[in-house]
Amino acid sequence: MSLSSLVIPLLLAGVAAYGMGKRVDVYGALTHGAEEGLTVLLRIIPSLVGLLTAVGMFRASGAMEWLSTLCAPLLKLLGVPPEATPLMLIRPVSGSGALAVATDLMTVYGPDSYIGRVAAVMLGSTETTFYTIAVYFGSAGIHKTRHALPAALAADLTGFIASAFAVRLFFGA
Amino acid sequence: MAMAWVWTGMVVLSLVFGLFTGSLDAVANAALEGARSAIDLSISMAGIMCLWSGVMEIMNVCGLSSGLAKAFRPVLRRLLPNACRDEETLAAVSANVSANLLGLGNAATPLGIQAARRMARGCGGIASDELCLLVVLNTASIQLLPATIASVRAAAGCQTPFDILLPVWLSSVLSVFVGLLTAWLLSRRGRRRP
Repeated sequence: MSLSSLVIPLLLAGVAAYGMGKRVDVYGALTHGAEEGLTVLLRIIPSLVGLLTAVGMFRASGAMEWLSTLCAPLLKLLGVPPEATPLMLIRPVSGSGALAVATDLMTVYGPDSYIGRVAAVMLGSTETTFYTIAVYFGSAGIHKTRHALPAALAADLTGFIASAFAVRLFFGA
Repeated sequence: MAMAWVWTGMVVLSLVFGLFTGSLDAVANAALEGARSAIDLSISMAGIMCLWSGVMEIMNVCGLSSGLAKAFRPVLRRLLPNACRDEETLAAVSANVSANLLGLGNAATPLGIQAARRMARGCGGIASDELCLLVVLNTASIQLLPATIASVRAAAGCQTPFDILLPVWLSSVLSVFVGLLTAWLLSRRGRRRP
C-alpha cells in the first residue's frame, strides 16, 4: 500500500464528512463542481486538437529534436533536461499549448520518467504569464507595465529550474 | 494573435523538416494521430478532472476558500500596504489568492481583475509597484491540488498521479519568491534612477 492509496480515499471521505458536519449539501456541491470541471475541459478541447496536431507533426518531423539540441548546452548548465525546451518556450504564451506539449512528453517518455515528471511539475508550478499580464493590465487600463513582465518571467525561469531540481530531489534523476 | 504565429510556425517548420529529413510520411500520420489523441486524452482525463473539481467545490462551499482568504490577510497587508488600506481591495486580493490556491481559475481571475482595477485608480495608466506585485503573484501559480496535471498523468498511464505534489509545491514557492523578489529589486532600481 502506497501513501497515495491512503491519501485519496482519506481526502474524499474527510472532505465529505467535514461538509456534512458543516450542514453542506455535499453531493450537490460535488456534482456542481464536476459540471464546472467538464465545462473547463470542453473549452480546452478545440485548442487541444489544434495543438496536439501541431506538436505531433513537430516531433515526427525531427524539428522538436533539433530545437532541443539547439538549447541543450544552456539548459544543461541550468540542470534542466533539454527535452523540456518546447514546453518552456510555449508555457508563458499558451496554457493549452503547454498542456499539449507536456502530454506529448509524458506519452513519449512515460509519466513516471524523469522528463515526464519534470514536465508535470513545470506545468503545475508556472502560469500563462503573457496571457495573465495582458488580461490584468488590459482590464485595469494600464499601458505602462514597468517591471511586471521581467519579474514574472524571472519567476517562470525559476519555476523551470526548480522543477527539474525538485524532481531530482524527491525521485532521483 | 501570438498563438496564430506559434501554430503556423510549428506546422510550417514540420513541413520543412519533414521534406529535408524524408520523414514526411511520419509527419502526415502524426497530424491525424495528434488530432485523434486530443479527443482520447480529453475523454480519459475527463472523469478525474470532474471528480477533483467536485471535491474542490465541496471545500469551497464548506468555507475553505473564505477561511484561506482570512488567513492570507495579514501577509497581504504587509506585501501590499497601500492597496490593502482599502478594505474592498484587500477582500478581492485575498479571495483571488485563495481561489488560485484551490485551483479555481474561473473564480480567481475576475477577483484579481477587480482588485487590479481598484489599485489602478488614479495611476494614469502606469502600473504601481504594488500592482506589479499583484500581477506577479498571479503569473506565478501556487496550487494545493493540481487536478488537471494529475488527470493528464493518469491518462498517460500513471498509477500515482498525485505523487508530484511535493515537487510542485516546492517549485511553486521558489518561483513565487523569486518573482516577488525580482519585482521588489526592480522597483527599487527604478526609484533610484527617476
